[in-house]
Formats: sequence, structure tokens, C-alpha cells
Amino acid sequence: MKLLWFHLMPYTELPDDFREKNPSVWVDIHSSLFDPRRAHRMYNDFMDELEYAAETGFDGVCVNEHHSNGYGLMPSPNLIAAALARRTRHAAICVMGNSLALYNPPTRVAEEFAMLDCISGGRLIAGFPVGTPMDTCYAYGTNPSSLRDRYYEAHDLVIKAWTTPDPFAFNGRFNQQRYVNVWPRPVQQPHPPVWIPGGGSVETWRWCADMNYVYSYLSYYGYKAGAQTMRGFWEEIKRLGKEPNPYRAGFLQFVGVAETRAEAYRLYKEPAEYFYARCLHVDPRFASPPGYTSEATQRARVQSQVSLAAEKSAASSAPTWDDILERGYVIIGSPDEVAEKIKEVATSLHVGHLMLLLQFGNMGKDLAQQNTRLFAERVLPQVTGLFDDQWEDQWWPKPMPDDARAQQEGLKP
Amino acid sequence: MTGPASSPRERTVRVNGQPCRVWEKGAGEPLGYLAGFGGLAHWPPFLDRLAEQRRVIAPSVPGFPGALGHNLLDSHLDWLIAVHEVLRQAGLEGADLIGVSVGGALAADVAACWPGFVRRLVLIGALGLSDAERPMFDVFTCNPKTLPGVLCADPAAYLNQVKPPQGAADMEWQIEQTRAFEAAARLLWPLGDTRLSKRLYRIAAPTLVLWGERDRVVAPFYAQRFASGIAGKTQVKLIPGAGHQADLDAPEVAARAVLGFVGKGTEAGAPAPGKKPAAPTRRAKRPAGSVRTAKAGRRAAPVRRSAKPTQRSAGRRR
Repeated sequence: MKLLWFHLMPYTELPDDFREKNPSVWVDIHSSLFDPRRAHRMYNDFMDELEYAAETGFDGVCVNEHHSNGYGLMPSPNLIAAALARRTRHAAICVMGNSLALYNPPTRVAEEFAMLDCISGGRLIAGFPVGTPMDTCYAYGTNPSSLRDRYYEAHDLVIKAWTTPDPFAFNGRFNQQRYVNVWPRPVQQPHPPVWIPGGGSVETWRWCADMNYVYSYLSYYGYKAGAQTMRGFWEEIKRLGKEPNPYRAGFLQFVGVAETRAEAYRLYKEPAEYFYARCLHVDPRFASPPGYTSEATQRARVQSQVSLAAEKSAASSAPTWDDILERGYVIIGSPDEVAEKIKEVATSLHVGHLMLLLQFGNMGKDLAQQNTRLFAERVLPQVTGLFDDQWEDQWWPKPMPDDARAQQEGLKP
Repeated sequence: MTGPASSPRERTVRVNGQPCRVWEKGAGEPLGYLAGFGGLAHWPPFLDRLAEQRRVIAPSVPGFPGALGHNLLDSHLDWLIAVHEVLRQAGLEGADLIGVSVGGALAADVAACWPGFVRRLVLIGALGLSDAERPMFDVFTCNPKTLPGVLCADPAAYLNQVKPPQGAADMEWQIEQTRAFEAAARLLWPLGDTRLSKRLYRIAAPTLVLWGERDRVVAPFYAQRFASGIAGKTQVKLIPGAGHQADLDAPEVAARAVLGFVGKGTEAGAPAPGKKPAAPTRRAKRPAGSVRTAKAGRRAAPVRRSAKPTQRSAGRRR
């Protein structure tokens, strides 16, 4: 299996009474809570952590896009990915991803992703999320009623821009360009592997299966809550007659490793509580703009991640550390215990790409790197071979051979 | 007077190949009505009053109850053509037209884009304009529990209007209501000026701008904005105690004000399509003691309530 190190880049100094005094971590979070000088420190720590993860042997590093968000400081993940492309050599660069409907024209994504693929020598994973309502409809003012159609059209345009050798005219419902001619072009041909972060809608599962894309369920709520969604996905894959290759899927999980479970319990309590109390304090007002959820999904009574978070945040006090562990939001333990759990999770959800949040909440760099090192040295070797005797990962980047690639002067000695 | 409303006649017109429901009641000269948020689930008391004197025609625009096809409308021009088409097929070319809230934004735009298509225009809490200093309330972020109290001064007035029609499955009705809000969002998101401000000057139809004094969505300030931008003869009236969807809050008072303005109509009916509309043949007659008007540009005087308690408040206390 493949293990990817995912960073959300949360602002780590939201005040203790954040939840009581502020309606939402997202959309209308107040600028007075943001100290750019502290953010300078955070960004550099976070990028150190990502680079460290790549050094210690994780298969990939992941970044993602959020706007007006106190737990996600990456309005442009491509900026971080560009820096990572220069400061890493082997890890896949997983941009999870660019919310296609927000780019005007969407060929911007084709260009920037192609740049990243060139700079990294073909290590890019191209993530195409629709984007949450907070990011798309509120922070960026995109119409919720046409968001999905815009997204699909932008997707078609990006793929066509990557795969059509000649300049062409695009005459879409939402995008018209007389001359589409993306320079540069991606190293990976016909294009980098495409991963789709999605919720639990049947339409997305089918689309991923049809397009041969990876479906990634980025849940804040761990393997227990995610089991039903992943079961639904695999049932749909079976129904469609596709082979149940675990590498068709990705899944996100929070993990805290220490020498003993008792120590992990002590170390990760604060950052986990910080994340679930402050970072997921989302105002339900922003969770369900009319039209964001398709009528088919409404009928299936499927609730989105963020709407679930908002509902939980509004309905009750933040979960305690024991709740968080009991419900499987965060896996903690000694390296052996975590390895056992990871195997169980990967096997039961049948997921080949596991994206791990080893920094979460207000966790500082020292602890994040300790967590990363213990995982890389003592968990990763126990789980990395899973699935590989039986399945091939057809959705992993195919970089240029190492000897054909540039020396990276920016790389640490 | 506002006893159980009888059912309207129903027919269907097709726009972009999609069905749009048209409700109709009463006889005489046609009087069009474009509803506000949520659309019409029931024939409301306000239209009942109007139907006593006029043939009231209430088409649902795409996405509103009984109408589909909002998701085919990608631009504001698409919307305006579709609404023009709905109104034309409903038989409202050259007729008087009332637009409330979302429907007000559309009615004003149709009157601006096709001068002559609308004979006399009534705007009630119309959307479509935006002032960055006083932006409209973001209805779309509203908690479903507090929404009725935002749209109407009396939450029950709104709830009554959107309760599922008899025999409707809860789930499907909920989806239909969400669709009506989606259609409104598709038209108005992200709640800026629909550029109607650029076209207002083309509205030549005599216009009554009727506003709930307690409108929490678009403050009465916007009534003046409409009045001062419209080229036609314009009067502004405020309804004390009424909220955004003032036709739901104060059906009697609103209906009197509207009938006072559009009148019963003439035997000859509406002017022929395409003809420049004649100035209204009669001055808006003020029902005794209940209506005061202001000219555009001046501060609007509130509509005074009649001494007799209205049926509305009596009905509400049941």
C-alpha cells in the first residue's frame, strides 16, 4: 500500500475561548485572530514537516485548498507544492487538489499542474475536488446551483488541454476560450494520475469508476465512520463490473504514535481536542447552500462531511479525547499497536492509498516530527507491503528516471 | 374574507422543453403574479382578494413549485428570456404584473428589457439591487428554523404558505422547496446587483413600489432605490407591521393597495402586445383611510391601517 503524509496547515493559535466567542472557523473567521508574524513561523514549520515526511520515507506528501479557513492555511496549495517539488526528490506530490470551478479560466489548473509535474520530474498527483460550500459558494461566491456543472466542464477542459496536441477552441456552457494551448505540458502522459476527493454520493463513485480515477474519502471522523461510505463505494464498483483494486481508493486517517499507548494518550490529547473543538467549529449556516447537494443525493439522505461537522459543532459541546478515541477519529498507540490498527483499517476499508494526518490541531513541529519519525521507522515497514502481492497501483505517478532528472540545488545536502 | 381559499385552475406551459405550472383564478383583465422565496404551494389569500376583481394568473418560473428547468439557465439573459417566455405563454403580454421578492427582481427586469410588455408594474420587497453599505440579508445562510421570521414579520404567514400541499410526500415536497431556493440562488447568487440598476431607467410602466416596513431582507431603503431609478410614474407605499413578503404578512392591506393602483381594468382589456402602454386610465384610488402614498424621491408615508381590524390579524389569532 501507499502511505501519504497529509498537511491541512491549521492555524495553531486560535484562542481557548474560540468556540464560545466565534460563530465559525470558516468563511467569517475574524482577521484579528490572524497574526502574520506567527503565521510566518507556522508556514515554515509546516513546510519543514512536509519535507521531513518525504525524507523519512513516506510515499507521498499531500496538500489541499481552503479559503477563509482557520484550519487550512492553503488558499493556494500549488505554492506549497512548488516549494516541495524543489525540496524533495522521490515522494509523490499530491495536490488534493484544486477546486476546478474556482479557476477562471480553468486552464490555469492545467498550466500550474503541468508546471508542478515538470518541476518535480513527473511526481504530481492531480486532485480535483468540487470544494466545500464554504470554500466555493461563500468564500469565493460561486453559484451553488451551477457549481457541479462548472466543475465537470472545467474537468473536461483541463483533461482536453492536457491531451490535445494542437491548439483548440473550447465552447462550453461556462467557459469559452478561442485558443486553448497549454504550455507547459505535463511530464506524465497522457496526464498525471487524477484523484477525486469526494463525499458519499453514488454519482461521484460512478464517475470515478468510469473515468478510472482514484476516489478519496477525506473524512475527519476516522475509519469507523468511514466504513459505511467505503462499503458503498466498493459495492458500486462491483455493480459496475470493475475490478476491486484497493488502489482505486484513498482514505484519510488521523494517527498519533508514541513508545507506549499511555504516552500517546498524553501527547496527542491536546492537539486532537484543539482540532475537533476549534478547527471543526463550522457554522451550519454555511454548510448547505441550496443546490450544492444534488437532488439524487438528497433523496439518498447522504450528508456531506462539512455539513456533518457543522451539525455536530452546533448540536453539542466538542468531543472529549476519550470520545475521539472511542469513535476512531484518531488512532493512537505504540508503533506495533498502530501498525496492527492500520492493517486492520486498510484491509477492512480495502484502501490502498492511506493519507495520514500526523500533524493535527495545534501540534508543534517537534511532536509532529516525532510522530512522523516513529511512524516512518516503525509502522511504515510493517504495513507498506500490504496489497502489493495481489494488486498493482495504476494510479501512482510515473516520474522520469532518477538519472534523467535535474540536480536540485535547493535540496538540502 | 380570508376563509379557506378555493383552488385555482391549473395549466402547464413549456419553456426550454420543461413544464412550468400556471395557476389562475378570477375573471376580467389579466393580472400577473410572480412569487417570492419558496413560490406558491397554495393559492394564497392575497391572490384571492385580487381574483375578486381580476383574472389573476400566477405562473411558476423555472425551479419554483410545479416548474422545472432552472438548471438550464446559465446566465442572467437565459433567466430573462425564460421568464419572458413563461409570462407570454401564460397570457400576460401587455398585462399588469406584480412581482414579490425574487419575483420582483424578475418582473422589474422584464419590464426594463421589454418596455411595453408590462402595462403597470407592482414591486413588493423586490430583490435585484444591491448597496454594498446595506447589502440584502443573506437568506441562503439562514437557519431553516429562523427563516420564516426573516421572510415574514409573522413567521406563521410564511409557514402557512409553504406547508406541503395535501397529499404531497414529505421528502419530495422538501426537495421541491429546496429546488425553489436553489432556483432563487441560481438567479441571485452571490446576492449582488443583478445589473438591474443599469436597466431600471428603461421601465416605462407606471410602478407601485410596495414594501413591508419591517422588511428584514431588503430594508425599505431599497424601495426608494427602485422608485428613484424607474423612469415611469412611480409611487412608494409602506405597509406597517409587514415584513419582506408583505403579500403574505398583510394580504388584505397589500391587495387593497394593489387594486387601488391597477384598478379593475377596462372592458377593452390590456393593450395589444407591442403597443406602448397607455398611462393608467384611472388614478390609483385610495381606499378610505388605509393608504397614503409618496412620490418617488420623497420619504414614503406608511400605509395606514383601516380602523376596522383586518381579517388578517383576526385570522392569525385563531
